[in-house]
Amino acid sequence: MIPVLLIVIPLVCGLAGFFIKSSRSARDWSLIASIMTMVVSLAGLVIHPNAASLVFDAEWLPALGSSFSVGLDGLGQILTLLTAVSFPLIFTATYRTEYKNANNFYALMLLSQAGLMGVFVANDALLFYFFWELALIPVYFLCSNWGGEKRVQATFKFFIYTFVGSLLMLVGIIYLSQHTADHGFSLKSFTDLNQRIPAQDQTWLFWLFFIAFAIKMPLFPFHTWQPDTYEQSPSATTMVLSGIMVKMGLFGILRWLAPVLSTGTWIWGDTASALCIIGMIYASLMAIKQDDLKRLVAYSSIAHIGLMCLAIFATTQAGMQGVMIQMFNHGINIIGLWIVVDLIERQFHTRKISELGGLAQKAPALAIGLVLVALANLALPLTNAFVGEFLMFSGVYGSAATKYNVVFTVTAGLSIILSAVYTLNMIQKVFYGKTNALTAKGRDIFFHEKMILALVVLVILVMGVYPKPVMDLTRGTVDLILTKMNFKL
Amino acid sequence: MNAIIISAVWGIVMMFSGLLTSNKSTVRYVAIGGIILLFIANLMDLGMGHPFFSIDTRRMLYFDTFPLVFNAIAYGCTLLYFLLSGRDIEQVGVNVAEYFALIFFVLCGVAIASSFNTLLMLFLGIEIISIPLYILTGSNKKNLKSTEASLKYFLMGSFSTGIMLLGITFLYGASSKGTFFIDEISLLGGPASPLFMAGLLLLLISMAFKVSAAPFHFWTPDVYDGAPTVFTSFMATIVKAAVFIAFIRLFFDSFGEIQARWQIFISIIIAATLFIGNLTAVFQQSVKRMLAYSSIAQAGFMLFAILTLNQIGRDGLLLYTAAYSVATIGIFAILVRMKDHSFEGFNGLAKHHPVLAATNTVFLLSLAGIPLTGGFFAKFYMLAAVVKTGQSLWLVIFAVLCAAVSIYYYFRVIQAMYFKDGEPQQIDSPVAFRVLLVIAALIILILGMFPQWLINTLEIPYI
Repeated sequence: MIPVLLIVIPLVCGLAGFFIKSSRSARDWSLIASIMTMVVSLAGLVIHPNAASLVFDAEWLPALGSSFSVGLDGLGQILTLLTAVSFPLIFTATYRTEYKNANNFYALMLLSQAGLMGVFVANDALLFYFFWELALIPVYFLCSNWGGEKRVQATFKFFIYTFVGSLLMLVGIIYLSQHTADHGFSLKSFTDLNQRIPAQDQTWLFWLFFIAFAIKMPLFPFHTWQPDTYEQSPSATTMVLSGIMVKMGLFGILRWLAPVLSTGTWIWGDTASALCIIGMIYASLMAIKQDDLKRLVAYSSIAHIGLMCLAIFATTQAGMQGVMIQMFNHGINIIGLWIVVDLIERQFHTRKISELGGLAQKAPALAIGLVLVALANLALPLTNAFVGEFLMFSGVYGSAATKYNVVFTVTAGLSIILSAVYTLNMIQKVFYGKTNALTAKGRDIFFHEKMILALVVLVILVMGVYPKPVMDLTRGTVDLILTKMNFKL
Repeated sequence: MNAIIISAVWGIVMMFSGLLTSNKSTVRYVAIGGIILLFIANLMDLGMGHPFFSIDTRRMLYFDTFPLVFNAIAYGCTLLYFLLSGRDIEQVGVNVAEYFALIFFVLCGVAIASSFNTLLMLFLGIEIISIPLYILTGSNKKNLKSTEASLKYFLMGSFSTGIMLLGITFLYGASSKGTFFIDEISLLGGPASPLFMAGLLLLLISMAFKVSAAPFHFWTPDVYDGAPTVFTSFMATIVKAAVFIAFIRLFFDSFGEIQARWQIFISIIIAATLFIGNLTAVFQQSVKRMLAYSSIAQAGFMLFAILTLNQIGRDGLLLYTAAYSVATIGIFAILVRMKDHSFEGFNGLAKHHPVLAATNTVFLLSLAGIPLTGGFFAKFYMLAAVVKTGQSLWLVIFAVLCAAVSIYYYFRVIQAMYFKDGEPQQIDSPVAFRVLLVIAALIILILGMFPQWLINTLEIPYI
């Protein structure tokens, strides 16, 4: 029942939200709704992993072989938890932002949460596709209506990109469903497909799925929508996009590509890994050149996602564990970064690094928060990202799936150095140095904003020191995926 | 049988109602009453096996669940169309009763075209559909474009009718014992003579012309654009769907066994239709013209059912006609009431008419094939039908890329409505109109979540 509640609570609350007239009550309503979802999600963690309440099956389209089948395994748990935790964080952090037609804004945010939850719990390929698209529609309206100056064009580019990917994936899903034993869409029959599809078909089927996921992550060379969209979206939506939505791509590979078309994944593993590496280096270099804080974080996100994707294709226990942990951590870290950027933008009405400076004198609490989140972004030991990145690097290095494991590890390692360059550079220019006319009038952040940053930092440190619960949670899924992936034709 | 006779009779009733009363509303109520009667009579024929009239048609007409379910869809859509746009039909000209009468004659043709069993009945059905449409297209006599469109439609339409007749003649000559019955024409896999193939191709061309498939689509944009907008709505939906049903019945029964011989032609037609329809729609400045090209593009998808000729495609075609017709009727109903038919005309609609904008968004999303709308499952069935055959996968990939292009022009309307500011405009939208639009949008959403509710009706046995 829990996965159903995770979808239904935000869905119903979102639909109801459209009819709330006052913007204040719409805001509180959505905050309460998101906290309810979080409670349900946490309850799901406490329940025994094999409990019946974690799965739900209902008849939906028997003629097509599709059913409304949802469930939570380790991978689903970690991502639904991320989604459930992020939304209250986002709503509180942007609590003071005033929106035009606030009720619609919050309602659409909740609907996108429902869509995301659906993606992460779906155990049926058609249902997965349904939610995959449904998560996109509210985001399209959110970005186009409440975004920056060039929002309509930027969002449209984003939409067309992802829609092309989704349609290719739809063709792939239909093709695979015709080849399953029961001509159905269930996850189980999909993961039994590898033996039934000859290697030469897997070589092209792989791309139908991979392009869709690569666009969503995004991977080089499918990334061009991302900096524009992040820059133009309202901050709250950017947090959803970069914190959670990009995980849809990684999740897609982990659930619907690697275990399903494992031979195809193995054949194209090196190519995909090379794309990841190119993207990491390229995005890091681009990030160094950026003057806009949002664009900087956007490019830094491409680099981090690239590493996670690389670790998936390494097909090792350590790497895969690292991906699971890092998917959660990256979400928290990047939302933390966006919160800081948003706080700066709301106070000074600019995101240009060159126009800021000396903020640490005026806003010490903000500076401490940013430095800690930024250090996590650099994967410094004791922070959460260290655990994930360390595991991923050791996974890539120890990979038996590729001949180029050393090359991959070394070049990917370069991006860590580059990320130190742009992150520290950003901290230095924004927070230290002399204040200028704009920042001299600065003030520190409010109490509830401090609390939010403290909460983010707390999660960062706890996950950095004691990641064991997450590892235990995802071990089963990791083993399952690896068993499927290591079976090649 | 119920549908054919009642629609013909009601057409005559409508003509006389114009004589007896000069009150336009009364005429409209008579028409709405007629269509409800027609709908119910058709359902009685379908569900209970109660034809009111049992006439021995000597196998020339063939009644089964499939055509009757389609008739139900067509009449249901016409009912929706009358309710939404009935008042706008009154605005076109003075002879309101005649417009309704002509529409009922078209509906008679629809019923014949969906249940024919000989090529002669096919010809009769298509002609009964076409001739009233020529008149409806030119019904706005003061408008030069309407008259021009009517003449153009008439000339091109007669030409394609000629091609169809020639094809029928060839087929008659090619069959050994000389028959018009479509189930006897089929060669059961035997060798096809050049005469037979020529006849088949001529029939294919004339049907492609009627469903406005490229490269026989040239009449469509001008005729759809020139005709009074209310009648464009009718032509682009119910009429087009009916011709598609005739198309698939003809090919299913007559030429199914020699599918391999003509499949390549239809593949080329599909590719051309999708490409030209979608690409040209991108460059349109008027929403009405954009919808004309979009109807060509949608026809490209529907043709997949004819390419594959399997169960999924056939079921899917019914779903497609329902989802497409309801959505298009809805969009046209809103468009008719707007003064400016360009994209700019929709600017800021969401602010002043939120219900119209929201329902219009649902219709557009359905045409674009976004999940949760009927349009998604319609496209899904079409794609699944082709993938099931295991051939022509290139065409599937091409089709989805074209569908991605279609996002561009459908979303332009959404962008105009929601993200651009415009002058508040007077749109006549009484409560009943808005409620009907919401109902239409709900139908689309229900089809998008539970398409089997429509598909399962095909399993009702016909007694």
